[in-house]
Amino acid sequence: MLIKKPADIRSSEITSETNYLNRRDFIRAGAIAGGSLLAPAAMAAVVPEQRLARLANVADSPFSTDETPNSFEDISTYNNFYEFGLGKDDPAVQAENFKPRPWAIEVAGHAEKTGTFDFDEFMKPFDLEERIYRMRCVEAWSMVIPWVGISLADVVKHFQPTSKAQYVAFETLNDRGQMPGLSGRSLDWPYREGLTIAEATNPLPILAVGIYGNSIPNQNGAPIRLVTPWKYGFKGIKSIVKISFTSTRPKTSWNMAAAREYGFYANVNPSVDHPRWSQARERRIGSGIFASKQETLMYNGYGEHVAHLYKDLNLRRNF
Amino acid sequence: MNTLQQIRFIWKPLVFLACLLPALLVVGAAFEVTGNLGANPIEAILDRFGNWALRFILLTLAITPLRRITDWNWLSRFRRMLGLFTFFYAFMHFLTWLILDRELRLSDILEDLTERPFIALGSIAVVLLSALAVTSFTAIRRRMGRNWQRLHNAAYLVGILGVWHYWWQVKKDVTEPLIYAAILAVLFAARLVWHWHRKKKWGQ
Repeated sequence: MLIKKPADIRSSEITSETNYLNRRDFIRAGAIAGGSLLAPAAMAAVVPEQRLARLANVADSPFSTDETPNSFEDISTYNNFYEFGLGKDDPAVQAENFKPRPWAIEVAGHAEKTGTFDFDEFMKPFDLEERIYRMRCVEAWSMVIPWVGISLADVVKHFQPTSKAQYVAFETLNDRGQMPGLSGRSLDWPYREGLTIAEATNPLPILAVGIYGNSIPNQNGAPIRLVTPWKYGFKGIKSIVKISFTSTRPKTSWNMAAAREYGFYANVNPSVDHPRWSQARERRIGSGIFASKQETLMYNGYGEHVAHLYKDLNLRRNF
Repeated sequence: MNTLQQIRFIWKPLVFLACLLPALLVVGAAFEVTGNLGANPIEAILDRFGNWALRFILLTLAITPLRRITDWNWLSRFRRMLGLFTFFYAFMHFLTWLILDRELRLSDILEDLTERPFIALGSIAVVLLSALAVTSFTAIRRRMGRNWQRLHNAAYLVGILGVWHYWWQVKKDVTEPLIYAAILAVLFAARLVWHWHRKKKWGQ
């Protein structure tokens, strides 16, 4: 006998891929018809508390790719989030009862404005944008994900880092009660990541709060996570509770675990191989069993926006 | 039917089908009949065949110690079949890597073999298993005489290489490779103990 488990998300709440794509056409058509008359006024970012709720006032971005995004199914069931288990299908199951609210984010270190902010308060000054980005995992697979988020550069500027701030460090929630993976010692918890201040103020990185126009699912890093599309996916730290401005390079989790394999920069680079995976090519998730891999692009194809950040760097050594 | 006939006509076909089941489930999942292979089907196929190859080499190596402990001599009738299924799953794992993952690109294959020691280890295990599979026929076994056993002792080496290959491949969590390694260690210990006893007996 089949026992159907009641879904706690009504299907009517989920935007289908087709509707989603139509919506984008609709918005584009509207934008053309309305021209500059209807240019949306900057709206404060409001992220509803309800799970997978629709996000309002999301602007399009010129940084978005035209490539077809992966299905919501692929994006939300195949990812690494070791706090919820080591298998790529674990997070979707184990993060089911995770509580992304109430949520506090601490801002600390060399900045004029510091303190602990409630999530809504933290989000208020910023505008939501949709950024459809390629995501390249260090494990040689990739996806295209329609994120909704706020510009990290805007966030950094808002807190007014001082001249001592050379890096921005991030930390994930470290709550054993909610994150079963934390009882294993796979990594030195909490998960930590960091960027140089120049990287963090580049227009590409975002703090994502949504996918496919809805608030971000728990397993993908609710309520807020970093997205740096020119770097390997592990730089995209999830469920962020702390942002600090530091004068020295912060320790980062995978680099602490295996420095020979995972560097601080972790820029996508097809010519620097990883001991476990060749980085020359990548498998696009959702392309099927017999589709061939595609060439991996330097900086995951975002070189025009970020290559200048590394022009004096030996990329073979600073991988 | 006598016991030998029962083994041959009833139990062997049943065990054969049971051993084939994991492969049928992979094929079924590829066509979304028996579940599915998830977002990264090639990785899923690789993992499933690889895991079954490891399970079968451990099962094969467990036959002899188990037979000695239990005195169930009929167990040895299944050893060759289990060994051949080890080869089957390891070879499917190898072909998945070669064709679906590396797409038969020579440069990719050579790079993997030379730069990723775990892949070299796995490949050596497949070569050894192929030699064991080819020489598994009774006629060849007879013709090889004492050399047959010498060659087929490589099954132990295959077990070590297989677990080692898995251990090196794992990104972070070595729990599963550790379990396989522990079982392998127990099987080796059983043989050592038995060997030691036999020596003692003959010494008296």
